[in-house]
Amino acid sequence: MEYEEAKEKIITELTKKLKSKSKFYFNDLSKILDMKPREAKKIVNKLVQESVLEYWSSGSTSMYGLPGTGKQAGAEHED
Amino acid sequence: MKHATPLIDQLETGPWPSFVSDMKHQAEKRAKNEENIEFQIPQDVVEDLLGILELSFNDGTTHWKHGGIVGVFGYGGGVIGRYCDQPGNFPGVAHFHTMRVAQPGGKFYTSKYLKEICDLWDLRGSGITNMHGSTGDIIFLGTTTPQLEEIFFELTHNMNQDLGGSGSNLRTPADCIGQARCEYACYDTQALCYDLTQEYQDELHRPAFPYKFKFKFDGCPNGCVASIARADMSFIGTWKDDIKVDQEAVAAYVGGEFAPNAGAHSGRDWGAFDIQKEVVALCPSECIKYEDGKLAINNRECVRCMHCINVMPRALRIGDERGLSILAGAKAPILDGAQMGSLVVPFVKAEEPYDEIKEIVEGIWDWWMEEGKNRERLGELMKRQGLQKLLEVLNIKPDARHVQEPRSNPYIFWKEDEVEGGWERDIDEYRKHHQR
Repeated sequence: MEYEEAKEKIITELTKKLKSKSKFYFNDLSKILDMKPREAKKIVNKLVQESVLEYWSSGSTSMYGLPGTGKQAGAEHED
Repeated sequence: MKHATPLIDQLETGPWPSFVSDMKHQAEKRAKNEENIEFQIPQDVVEDLLGILELSFNDGTTHWKHGGIVGVFGYGGGVIGRYCDQPGNFPGVAHFHTMRVAQPGGKFYTSKYLKEICDLWDLRGSGITNMHGSTGDIIFLGTTTPQLEEIFFELTHNMNQDLGGSGSNLRTPADCIGQARCEYACYDTQALCYDLTQEYQDELHRPAFPYKFKFKFDGCPNGCVASIARADMSFIGTWKDDIKVDQEAVAAYVGGEFAPNAGAHSGRDWGAFDIQKEVVALCPSECIKYEDGKLAINNRECVRCMHCINVMPRALRIGDERGLSILAGAKAPILDGAQMGSLVVPFVKAEEPYDEIKEIVEGIWDWWMEEGKNRERLGELMKRQGLQKLLEVLNIKPDARHVQEPRSNPYIFWKEDEVEGGWERDIDEYRKHHQR
């Protein structure tokens, strides 16, 4: 899968689910991309680098989300 | 102090050292600021921290929010966002992020380095550190979002230092002091720890695992970093050949010329050293004999408990054919209780460039990343799918050392193609000898 296609797919799928959740496990992303985790990681890394996705961490678990989405985003951005 | 703290003051009244006293000391130090530091975060951060802790004791609930999106650019770990839900009353801790900093191998510090990190943290953070966190890293407690990149720049550009791991990452690998100071070390723990840290930078900083993953390196089975209990993958030094025995030195221990345990228990008089009672009888596999003034070890039965070597270090030494054992699956109790590591690779040489070891590491990751559920530790996956499955994935032939207790945990099963004749049988032949 080309990078642009993968990016499109991730944005569409994550936006679709936004009503119910804003944070996703890495596994959810590799399922959307239908790739082995190591392959998916290369694309996900690039998406984070381009700020298409952002990390969220509880300290013990990491998740991914679209920037600016979810309950905490408003409070935590340096407005 | 800015806030009255009657409840947490009680923590200072016990016989033990109190973090409350330490924090008050730090709060005063910041208030006086005798060194004229240009504090980059609120000067009264520690006072507000004490205040919000008192409030939590009062309310019986936390006032910290869970997690956050802060981090430094390109890293998905090393920074743990902490925000309080009472920023109006405690503005000093409105942001109170934690940063994890990779500790040096074997925790070897120079005083210059310690001064530098303390100066950096006094300037750009609360000055409160945790040396060290459970995983082993240096923990900086409490700073604000704008300081994160500044601190990261200082660490990486001027101090040759990196952030550690947090979240669903490879966590900061930890090792014992190893061959630098210890004659028991069977491999160079610091070299292997450093090599794997460099090799797996992507895994350390960009989270894509189902959950946390820890490496720890013990130079010998004494296990000074307790890797067998604390790491998803533990690398424990061992040897293949025989324990080296110096009979003259054995005689010197027996004769009282050398203090047993290198004099470690000399605080009281335990009487004369009794080799039979203190060494031979304590060998867990009963493989030591002391007869006619000679010590003999049946090395095939030795389980590397290290007791005899620890008691008589001048007489007994680790063997010469050295390497390490790899164990997997240890974890603390969150689900299913605590687990110790299970032996996966009984022996592998620890020689640069460590290709054999890396092959095992990557084989384990591939399996866990594909099969692991979200927030499932390697040890839980091993329990769910079986050690046999892991051995298959790694192409390791199970042998007796993989079975902890015969019959009580038969987790190595025969497969049809491994058994002569398979599962099919001639029922008529069987019935000749067995009635229905």
